[in-house]
Formats: sequence, structure tokens, C-alpha cells
Amino acid sequence: MRIGVVTFPGSLDDGDARRAVRLAGAEPVALWHADADLRGVDAVVLPGGFSYGDYLRCGAIASFAPIMGEVVAGARRGLPVLGICNGFQVLCESHLLPGALVRNDHQKFVCKDQRLRVESTATAWTSAFAAGAEITVPLKNGEGGFVADDETLDRLEGEGRVVFRYLGANPNGSLRGIAGIANERGNVVGLMPHPEHAVEEGYGPGTDGLGLFASVLGAGLAAVGA
Amino acid sequence: MGRVVIDVMPKPEILDPQGKAVVGALPRLGFDAFTGVRQGKRFELEVDGEVTPEVLEQARAAASTLLSNPVIEDVVSVRAAEEVPA
Repeated sequence: MRIGVVTFPGSLDDGDARRAVRLAGAEPVALWHADADLRGVDAVVLPGGFSYGDYLRCGAIASFAPIMGEVVAGARRGLPVLGICNGFQVLCESHLLPGALVRNDHQKFVCKDQRLRVESTATAWTSAFAAGAEITVPLKNGEGGFVADDETLDRLEGEGRVVFRYLGANPNGSLRGIAGIANERGNVVGLMPHPEHAVEEGYGPGTDGLGLFASVLGAGLAAVGA
Repeated sequence: MGRVVIDVMPKPEILDPQGKAVVGALPRLGFDAFTGVRQGKRFELEVDGEVTPEVLEQARAAASTLLSNPVIEDVVSVRAAEEVPA
């Protein structure tokens, strides 16, 4: 399976995302923001970082990059897409996911190992987890507060599209403790914490992050077999 | 040369941590009359020639697609700037 990782100007974690893909047993494919070409990959990761220096709004300018037209079209066809941190912000700005990420309520950058509960295993990126699994991956953001109107939040909860929730104290003011969400189909997932930084013992808080990449490998194989 | 001015503000129900930080700093400098601050954005878009209705229409479209995010922000004003003497 080939998983593309998009590099935008200001992407920071594209290297780690490609490494995570490789450690999970897939082939990482570097994709470039200015190319309207997904190079035939089976899934796409939008990595963390500070695309375009977070100018205008986090992820706003990146969401109009040439490659995003292809990512949006692919996502609508069912292509698995994972947005991590800045990638989550790009997915919200692209309207592939509802809501928005705003500055942390305490106004400080947060960088810590964060416990999360996997609230939904009905997505392309979480199917390998046990329902309700508790995992620990790094969280590092300045603008990670997830917001949406009550109606949208109720719909996300009601449709089982809250995928990850923060455990313990809310680290950034996200409404209802939401750390990650999915689209209706479950092929597009965005989260603020960084699973790609928890894929190898001795480097980061463990290997809980591998589960997301293992999930899409399974989903991809299932799709190929179908 | 014409100019369009666009003001964008965080929605009232969205927490505005920047405004909160500023309102906390004001009384430390003796500015004690202010009970709240909200911080928004002002864009100035330049055009060759004057600001026609078509230019304003394009500016409104840009304001609602790129310059603001309707989930968290309101476009509160799109207007031609006052003529500045050359």
C-alpha cells in the first residue's frame, strides 16, 4: 500500500509522518502542495506544522493549494485522508470536516504526552483499535481548540463521528473534549494530537500511534479484496 | 488607485483569547475604563482604477471564501476606502 504525505511550505512533521507510514509497513510517497497530482496513492496524510506560517488562519491558505483540489475530490470518492494537527486545520478549512480550530483557551502553546480515548473504530484510520481504547500520543499546538455550533456538535456525537476525546484535563479548551472527528463516511479523519510521533519504542511515549496507520492498511487491503 | 476595506471579527460566541489577553493588560497600564476587548482583522485590497460595484462584489466573495471562516468569524464590513489625496 502506498500512502502519500503532502508537504506544504511550513510543514514540519511530514518527515515523521513518512517514517510512521514506513514503520507501519506501507510505502510512503512524498507529495508536493503545488502539484495537482496524488501519484496514484491509496491514502493521504496531511501532516502537522505551520503551513504558510499560520498566516490568515491556520490551514486557510494551504486549503487552496493545487493538491488540495485532488485531495478533496479523492476524499469524496472514499480515499482515506488523515489530517494531523495543522492537517486537521487544513481539513476543516477545506470543509471536508466541520468546525474549526481556534487558539488554546489558556493562550499558551501546549506540548505534552496526551491520553486519548478512541471513541469510534468505524473509520478508515481507527478500525484496528479496540472500542474505547485509551492511548497516549504527543500533543503540541497553539491553536487546537475545537469549536463548532451546538447543532454540529450534537450531530457529530449522535452520528458517532467524534473519533478521539481528551482524557484528563482539557488541554486546549476544545468543546466537549473533542480531539478528533471524522466525516460521515469515515474515510476522512482529523485530530490535533500526533500519532506519527508515537510509533517506535524509545522515541516518544510508546507505539500507540501505529494503530492509525495499521488501520488504514487493513482498510486498504479490505478495499482491494472487495 | 482604489482600495476596498474589509473588517472581519470573531463571532460573539467564540472565545477570543487574544482579546482576553489585551483586556488583561489594559488596567496594568492605567486604562481602567474598558471591560472587554475583541480583536479582529482589517484587510485592505488595492485595485487599479476606482472601486466599482463589480470590484465590491468580488471583494465580498473573497471575504466570505478566503478572508474569513464562517464557522468562527463574521465579515462585518466591506466598503470602498475614502479617497486619500495623492
